[in-house]
Amino acid sequence: MIAEHLPALQVVVPLAAAPLIVLLRQPGVAWALAVAASVFAFGASLVLAAEVARVGVISYAMGNWPPPWGIEYRVDALSAFMLVLVSAIGALVAPYALRSVAAELPREQHYLFYAVFCLCLAGLLGMTITGDAFNVFVFMEIASLSMYVLIALGRDRRALLASYQYLLLGTIGATFYVIGVGLLYLVTGTLNIADMAERLAQVGGTRPVLAALAFITVGLSLKLALFPLHLWLPNAYAYAPSAATALLAATATKVSVYVLLRFYFTVFGAGLVVRTLPVPEILIGLSIAAIVTASLVALWQADFKRLLAYSSVAQVGYITLGIGLASADGLTAAVVHLFNHGITKGALFMLVGGIALRAGGVNFARLQGLGRAMPVTCLGVTLAGLSLIGVPGTAGFISKWYLVLGALEAGHWWLAGLVVLTSLIAVAYVWRFVEAAYLSAPAPGAARIAEAPLPMLAVSWVLVAACIWFGFDTSFTVEGARRAAALMLGGAP
Amino acid sequence: MRREPVLRVVGKLLIPYMLVFALYVQFHGDFSPGGGFQAGVITAAAIIFYALIFGLPAARRVVPEAVVEAMVALGVLIYMSVGFAGLALGGNYLDYFVLAHDPVHGQERGIFWVEIGVLVTVSGVMLKIFYVFAGRGRESGGG
Amino acid sequence: MEAFASHYSYFVTVLLMAAGLYIMIARGNLVKKLIGLSIFQTSVYLLYIAPGKLIGGTAPIVSQAYQVYSNPLPHVLILTAIVVGIATLALGLAIVVRIREAYGSIEEDEIIAADVGHGDRE
Repeated sequence: MIAEHLPALQVVVPLAAAPLIVLLRQPGVAWALAVAASVFAFGASLVLAAEVARVGVISYAMGNWPPPWGIEYRVDALSAFMLVLVSAIGALVAPYALRSVAAELPREQHYLFYAVFCLCLAGLLGMTITGDAFNVFVFMEIASLSMYVLIALGRDRRALLASYQYLLLGTIGATFYVIGVGLLYLVTGTLNIADMAERLAQVGGTRPVLAALAFITVGLSLKLALFPLHLWLPNAYAYAPSAATALLAATATKVSVYVLLRFYFTVFGAGLVVRTLPVPEILIGLSIAAIVTASLVALWQADFKRLLAYSSVAQVGYITLGIGLASADGLTAAVVHLFNHGITKGALFMLVGGIALRAGGVNFARLQGLGRAMPVTCLGVTLAGLSLIGVPGTAGFISKWYLVLGALEAGHWWLAGLVVLTSLIAVAYVWRFVEAAYLSAPAPGAARIAEAPLPMLAVSWVLVAACIWFGFDTSFTVEGARRAAALMLGGAP
Repeated sequence: MRREPVLRVVGKLLIPYMLVFALYVQFHGDFSPGGGFQAGVITAAAIIFYALIFGLPAARRVVPEAVVEAMVALGVLIYMSVGFAGLALGGNYLDYFVLAHDPVHGQERGIFWVEIGVLVTVSGVMLKIFYVFAGRGRESGGG
Repeated sequence: MEAFASHYSYFVTVLLMAAGLYIMIARGNLVKKLIGLSIFQTSVYLLYIAPGKLIGGTAPIVSQAYQVYSNPLPHVLILTAIVVGIATLALGLAIVVRIREAYGSIEEDEIIAADVGHGDRE
């Protein structure tokens, strides 16, 4: 009986955990509830993914109002894949948060952190699972508002400013999105995504539809930090508490990419977006700009966390590049990279949080010679860094491989060369960490620094291991992404 | 404003009626415009009115901060438990139709409890916002 | 001219949208930026509500006496959007209060100058 209601419980359980945490207030209880809710969400997403692989599409009528009148929760190959990513990161960050939050936040704020964490997770899962365009907006705002709070909890006062800037830009993005949805609603008279797609196919590319496409593109680009709309991202990632950064970097922008994919390929259809409008050209141009400039800016950062934040902007560029190619291989690359970059950045930010906890910061001056004091952590950062570069044998290689294939297939051999070339910039910035940690003389006092606490280290290494594992065993990632790409290109009317 | 006799008397006279009116808006919401949102805001307004006249400490004695925070969480939980009740009675999540012997009564019962949840949360949130903003300058001195 | 008369709500929407965005870009005061954000969001409320209104229509009550009624769905959607807008505004103001406590100013240029002056102060 539970199984058929899993689509609802997937979102409702983390959502219900938040008020329970506020009611109970005890930090320990709050943490236990957050872990329980996120682990449940992970289990639910795995069951749903298996079910989708078996039956195709799962549709769940919220409140038993049949779609398209009621809100429909819809799980297909693409959303099942995203649910697994988001809930897996949630289920790892929640146990990680115990020691990290205890060290970074005052005790009376702990329960609030876990409550907001659960809300954020519920919001992200809701954005992924819902089949209703306006419901996406509501969940987007639930997730975003909780993110603003999570960022503002950072210890540095610049966290407040970062949160404020993200609030302004994020709200503009969400409002643009809702304007686009409003225009589509005026044209089609429906908010259900599947129903909207059917009706739009009859309307074609009239002017309000094009305006809606423009608004939704710009709004979501703000949310997913597409160059040059990424300005909120580096500060937000750099000053948020470590656990919050790990969650945001691994999931938040990815879910926005998912919504963009949903609108491009399910609602508007590849025919309109790819073939009649210059969307691919614009996306490819901006993606190249993102990859090149953000990678170069990352090279010059004095702070390792900020460096990784700029690298995230560049990696989002790889994802949108795959979308811009709009072929089976390109979309496969985009979806695989969503997943691979999620676990890679999750691992990196978790390990960096451990370093920040022990060394008091992740400025490169503080990283000098840490390879000897924190060998396990630094090895993890190096391995995850290899995945960030895309070295063969790591998860990052798989996504870049498909990206190169997609570029070659489209006849853009120079684009394939560019992907390889920009990976060299990634080598340079990962090398900066290796150089500081292993090849520099230890700073005075570095010898007293101990390894990060074991629970934090253990969950971080789960993700590091995943970066390696998914470099060899691609049955889940590539097959899942292929099914999703086929759905997007073929399933859309 | 604590020494203004007119305000004190008018306040004391009005606040009970405001609370009753909130209940009217809440429960008559089935038949006329109204419901949990509006009633919640009116309830919160009555208490904010009290705080403006008699001071924040007096309002905090009547409705302590802990109660307000519990209200915020409790209302959401009431709403969500309506959803779980639908599950328990064999329907989908938030399924009103199965809550009573026939669907129309079920809808009425479901919406009744949902609106109670909304009332509790909305008044809680409004009061919480007021307490946080009003109390900020006093506690930290200046600002 | 005819297009203006029949579509004036859209022109008001665009005006509000542009005014809100302009305030957010042109003003350095953090509270004024939030006011701009609110005006910007208000334009969306109008965009949804205006087409749902029928002149002479009532609330959708099932009764023989009323035949013409407005579409309730946009109203419900915008009620949600208003709540979201209030939550955003409240959170934004709360952050501004904390910024003022941390920096002693709510002018954007002064705050940025304060951070540059202190460099990597932690």
